Amino acid sequence: MPDPRFKILTSASTSGPGDAGRTGSWRVERPVIDMSRCIPAKAGKHACHLCWLLCPDNVVSKDLEPEIDLEYCKGCGICAQECPVQAIAMVPDADFIEGAERE
Amino acid sequence: MKMAAKTTVLNLTEEEFVHPGNRACSGCGLSILYRIGLKALGRDCIFVVPPSCLTVMQGLFPIAATQMPVLNGTFASTAAIATGVKAAMRRLGRPTQVVAWAGDGGTSDIGIQALSGALERGEDIIYICYDNEAYMNTGVQRSGTTPQGSLTTTTPFSGKSEVGKNLPAIIAAHNPAYLATCSASYPLDFHDKLLKAKQIKGLKYLHVQTPCPPGWGIEEHMTVALGRAAVETGLFDLYEIEDGRMQLTGQSLQQLGNTGLRPVREYLEMQVRFKAFSDEQVAALQAQVDQRWSGYRDRFK
Repeated sequence: MPDPRFKILTSASTSGPGDAGRTGSWRVERPVIDMSRCIPAKAGKHACHLCWLLCPDNVVSKDLEPEIDLEYCKGCGICAQECPVQAIAMVPDADFIEGAERE
Repeated sequence: MKMAAKTTVLNLTEEEFVHPGNRACSGCGLSILYRIGLKALGRDCIFVVPPSCLTVMQGLFPIAATQMPVLNGTFASTAAIATGVKAAMRRLGRPTQVVAWAGDGGTSDIGIQALSGALERGEDIIYICYDNEAYMNTGVQRSGTTPQGSLTTTTPFSGKSEVGKNLPAIIAAHNPAYLATCSASYPLDFHDKLLKAKQIKGLKYLHVQTPCPPGWGIEEHMTVALGRAAVETGLFDLYEIEDGRMQLTGQSLQQLGNTGLRPVREYLEMQVRFKAFSDEQVAALQAQVDQRWSGYRDRFK
């Protein structure tokens, strides 16, 4: 906690996610991982994790079955491009809207 | 200096220092660097950042996207501010690392005078220049390091006619304690070079090529692939200079072996900013790269 006497004088920001809002709304296509091809999920042990390493926005988890935080994923698609086994597909976000029909 | 064991994806720390949902563009090369770089630098750090994309990424009041103390300074005084912060830390007896992290415009054009002074004094700071080859934050204006022939908003028709500055060579002429070039496409290489820089006393300079999707005219998912192409075509070399001795590192060292180089045309054709490049210019650039690399082969093989 900062010193209460200076609280009015300083404009210290609090550290936290979502500085630019829910950046998931920037996305047009979302990454979907095919766990039957994903190397760590298939092997059952930690390996590869390139999507975690190269994600600019820190939204991919380093788990055996990687999870993507769709609230903040900006949908750049680096994970899908760099996946060595092409386990990640970029699927239009509109496909996930309930009740919406696509031509 | 003994080279520490190489970091791999598996033993890289899971601790994160940058929050998701920051203001960086989708597919930003700097975001990758910042995220992985902070893992190497650790918590005992103070950052000095001049106006650049990184200032934007830090966030606006009341939310900060980073968990680090950051001092936002003016363009011209990045290295001078870092010097002052380091002096204060020395006075307090703290081992805190002071890291100046600036863009190519803030380093090669506006901040070079303060940086040159800090280099000459041998200040004990880390200076990182992320080189996205134009003033990207303000809308892609040409900078000192913009390569010849590149389209920017201030060179919109035939591209920049002058040759870009070789900034690492300018820094190397100052005899820094440590100098390294890195690429956003090889974040682990950047991580290991930062770990090495942390152990060295004196000014450590890291020059990082950072692909910028909106500025270079590439699709967002191509950021990493493009940075890799720059290294594999031999246009951007990964090397480090320690005690005045230069050696190629990482992927560039492999390129020196049997792998060979990819033609530069592959790299140029991936980007909209080189659309005005003529065939003669491509041939001239290829000749330039071949000449530099044949020099490397003579020196390092």
